[in-house]
This record gives sequence, structure tokens and C-alpha cells, in this order.
Amino acid sequence: MPGNFATASDVIRFLPEIILAVMGTLLMILDPLLHRRSSNAFGHLSILALAGALGGAIYAYLNGGPAFGGMLMVDGFATFFGVLVIVAGILTILPSYRFLARQGAETSEYHALLLFSVAGQCLMVAANDLIMVFIGLEISSISSYILAGYLREDKRANEASLKYFLLGSFATAFFLYGVALIYGSTGTINLAGVNVVLSGPGAPSLVFVGVAAALMFVGLGFKVSAAPFQVWTPDVYQGAPTPISAFLSAGPKAAAFAVFLRIFTTAFAPIGHGWEPLVWASALLSMTIGNFAALQQSNIKRMLAYSSIAHAGYVLVALTARSEVGTAAAMFYLAAYAFMNIGAFAVVSHLSGKGERYQNIEDFSGLAQKQPLAAAMFSIFLLSLIGVPLTGGFFGKFYIFKAALESHLVWLTVLGLLNSAVAAYYYLRILVMMYMREPAEATEAVEPLSPGLRLALIVPAIGTLFLGIFPNWVLDFAGKSSVLLK
Amino acid sequence: MPTSYTELYFPVLVQALIAMGLAGGLLTASYILGKRVRNRVKDMPYESGIVPTGDARQRFSVKFYLVAMLFILFDIEAIFLYPWVVVYRELKMFAFVEMLVFVILILSGFFYMWKKGALDWSGTDLSRRRR
Repeated sequence: MPGNFATASDVIRFLPEIILAVMGTLLMILDPLLHRRSSNAFGHLSILALAGALGGAIYAYLNGGPAFGGMLMVDGFATFFGVLVIVAGILTILPSYRFLARQGAETSEYHALLLFSVAGQCLMVAANDLIMVFIGLEISSISSYILAGYLREDKRANEASLKYFLLGSFATAFFLYGVALIYGSTGTINLAGVNVVLSGPGAPSLVFVGVAAALMFVGLGFKVSAAPFQVWTPDVYQGAPTPISAFLSAGPKAAAFAVFLRIFTTAFAPIGHGWEPLVWASALLSMTIGNFAALQQSNIKRMLAYSSIAHAGYVLVALTARSEVGTAAAMFYLAAYAFMNIGAFAVVSHLSGKGERYQNIEDFSGLAQKQPLAAAMFSIFLLSLIGVPLTGGFFGKFYIFKAALESHLVWLTVLGLLNSAVAAYYYLRILVMMYMREPAEATEAVEPLSPGLRLALIVPAIGTLFLGIFPNWVLDFAGKSSVLLK
Repeated sequence: MPTSYTELYFPVLVQALIAMGLAGGLLTASYILGKRVRNRVKDMPYESGIVPTGDARQRFSVKFYLVAMLFILFDIEAIFLYPWVVVYRELKMFAFVEMLVFVILILSGFFYMWKKGALDWSGTDLSRRRR
């Protein structure tokens, strides 16, 4: 038996997770030592940790390959999503400074939990075996459950946390049951190994594997808030602290989609014709329910939550295409979505004021007169969410529907495009409020933009425009990584 | 030599039948032969114990819950040390380093909990104290 299980290359490929876990633990130890309830130091430290993890992820990519006996796979796909969740973490922390100070909340645990959550997501996206996926999913989810209820004295936050926890645990149990069935019927949990068994001559009965794939679809569908497992989303996004809502819609969602893509296009590729109708229906339901429910909302966080369900539907369209082009399109879309949605939530966080009072769509009236910069940035995010050219959202949708057409999913494409047209209405409504109404109570009371918030608006806006004007740079990388996937 | 599953599990079946027969027989025998007394003292939770004074459904301090939860956490973590001891000789340095990482993580959790005042029985609300 070898005396040394973890080789140096294993450690290098695991570097981002190690950095995040160590720094998260360090923040928790530092908290009682610094005798202050609230301090910006923890925010600075966690940005430092995430920057370190970003460097670590790139270093790991340059020394890429399988790690820990094939349990992890550091390839372009893992690095793309790893960098995405780390950047989402950084963009979440920037508006959090002001938010936490305003709420008088403790800062150390908040940042420590955020780092743990990002570490779990990094593990998820690199996982090449079903148990690693499960462990990453749990690390990420448990931290998210706590973060959703971080404002303990807020009733809505408590409700959000409890709902998220109960439903999330159920979903994870479904996923685990699927893993157990896969192991029982194929004898392996390695994704490539499952693929080999399923496409080989002694493939197990489709009943077992189909049920397993369906159960895993339920678990992952919950995590990405796809219909019909979307019911938790509006309540959780509304009750959670606003920067955390932004994070939930970007980080864990992107990581869950990464797992989704990896499992369903590698391990379950041989039974693709079996799961395609399932994902087809879920994509259509998510888009339709998300968009039509968003039309009815008066609370901006609920509206963004329903819009997040709809956007999960668009990404599922790319998954339905079952092609490398589709995978690359989904990757591009998730990157664009992370930028525009975190940016949009940052504006909401900025405006909502003490005690999260101003969260109605009417509260945005006249923002352009009071704070032109915030209004302009918000407009960029909203236009990108609609999918107007020159923004990342446009090319995201374009590539997704292109991939769907190449796979002959004509009906899904038509229905998806009709859905995008419906969606334009509720995003444009906010634009009208900001630019064509007189300032109201909320916009009169709005605080000046802090440096952190200014950065939290400008960086995602640059990201959104960059993806919209030079999409090839990211798309090329995504295209290369999606080939590596198999 | 037993060959099939049925033969292999036959002794188990026999033992199960004997166990059920014995338990059922004894219960039936005591039901038929036993003498029954019914009065107030007999119906009390503890026939010869302390007289009950009230309902058990009271509000307890959350501290009890906290201590119980921390006990379970650290107890389960400590259990990991037992299998480690068994395989330590074979895995050598690797096992040592891995366990070192694990113990450091536990200790930092312990330190956090201690300094946060979770072990302070007389203390008031944990978060308000440092405000």
C-alpha cells in the first residue's frame, strides 16, 4: 500500500478549494479575537481569499488533469465554472459592505460562510465522480441555507432559510437516491465509467438507469430552480439578504448547471434520447412559468426570482440540444447571466434602504434624476436580461437558440423566443419607472453610492458589455472546454 | 454443506420461530394466569416512585439544546479517531498528516465556539454581549 495518497499534482489541482477552506476557517478564528461586532476587515480578507483562489484556479488549470485518482477533473470546463463562481463571490462581497453595516449584522460568519459556499461550488464543478458531486453540493448548499437566514431577527429571512433548508435537503436526498441506483446498476460512480457501462453490451435495464437519471434530474432541477421544482425560489430570494439573493442566482446556480451538464452529457449520454423529453418539458415549463409569473410581481426581488426561473429555462434549452455547441452556449449564457443578475441585485440592494424597506418596482421611479450612474448601470443589466444586442444576454440567447435549431428543436426555439418577447415587458417597466417618472419617497431617501457599490455596479456592467461586444473570446474557450468534456 | 439460500437461512427461520413462540407463550401465560389489580396508584407513571408534580411540556432554555448539539458534534468527530488508530501503522505519514488537518479543524471549531461564549452557562444572548 502506498504511504502517500495525495501527490503534489493532486494538491496543486485542489488549490482553489484549499485556499478557500483555510481562509474561511481563519475568518472564524479571527472573529472572536477582533473584539468588534462589525468590521470591514473580514470583507477585505475574503476578497483576498477569493483573489487567491482565482489565481489558484488558473494555476491548477495550467497544471490540469485528473486529481485524487480521477475523483476530480481539472479541465477547461471545471476552470471556466470555477472562475465564474469565484468572480460571483467577489461581486457578492462588494455590495455586502454597505449592506451589512446598514443592517448592523456581524460580518465574520457571513464572509466565512460565503467562502465555504464558493469552495463547495469549486468542488462541484471539478467533480468527476458522483460522490464528489454530492459532497460539493452539500458544502455549497448548507452554507447557502445559513446565509439565506443570516438576518436572524427578520421574519422573512427565517422563513426563507427554513423553506430553503427543508426543500433543499429533500432535493439532495433525491439526488443521492439516484446516485445509489446508478452505483447499484452499473457498479461505478465515476462519470466516464458510467458512460462506458451504459454504452457497452451488458448495459443494465433502462428502468433502473432511467429512474436514477430522473431522480438526479429532480435534485439538480431543484438546485437550478427549474420548473416544476421552482416553488422555493421567490420566497427565498425575497427573504434572503439582497447580496445573498444575487449570489444564489449566480454561484450555486452556475455550479449546479455545471454538474447538470457534466453528468447528463457524459455519464448519461448513451441514454440521451430517454432524458431529452424530460428536459424539453422542464425547459418550456420554466420559461413559461417564470416569465408569466414575473409579469404579476410588484416586489422587485420576487420579480428577479421569477426571471431567474425563466433564465434557468433558457439554459435547459441548451442542455436539450445535447451537443457540444449547446454546452458551450450554456456556459456562455451562465457567465453573462451571472454578471447581469448580480449587477441588478446590487442596484436593488443599494436602493432598498434600512430594514429592506424599498423593494417595490414603484420605488424605482425617478432614479435616473437622483442617481444617473446607478440608473444607467441598471438599464444595462435590464437590457441584457431582455437580450438586446451589444449585451451579453443577447449573445447568450442567440447561441442557445442557434444550438437548439442545429439539434432540430424548432418548437422549443419558437416557444423560447415568444417567451423572451413576453419577458421584455416586465424589464422595460422598470426602465420606464426610472426614466419617465418623478422621484418618489425611496429615490429621495437614497444614499450616495459607496466605493464598494460603485465597483459592484461598474464591474458587472463592463463584464456584460464585454460579453456583448467581444463574445468570441469567451465562446472560444467555452467551445474548446465543451469538447474536452467527453 | 448448505447450498441454496433457503438452506442457508433455515436456521435463522427456526430461531425466529422459537423466539416468537417463547415471547408469545410467556405473554399469553402471564395474561391467563396473572392476577390484575386496578386502582389509582397502579395507573401512575411510576408505581412506587415520586408523585408527578406537573406537565413536562415547559419551555427550556436554548442553552440545553446548544450543549446537546455541541456534544453530538464533537462526539461524532472524536469517533473518527478510532478507525484511524487501527490503520495508522499501515498508512504512516499520510494518515498522520490527514488526521492533523482534521484535528486542527476541530480545534479551530472548538476555539470559535468557546470564544463566542457557547460554553458560558451564565451568559446572556451570545450576539448581544459584544455589541
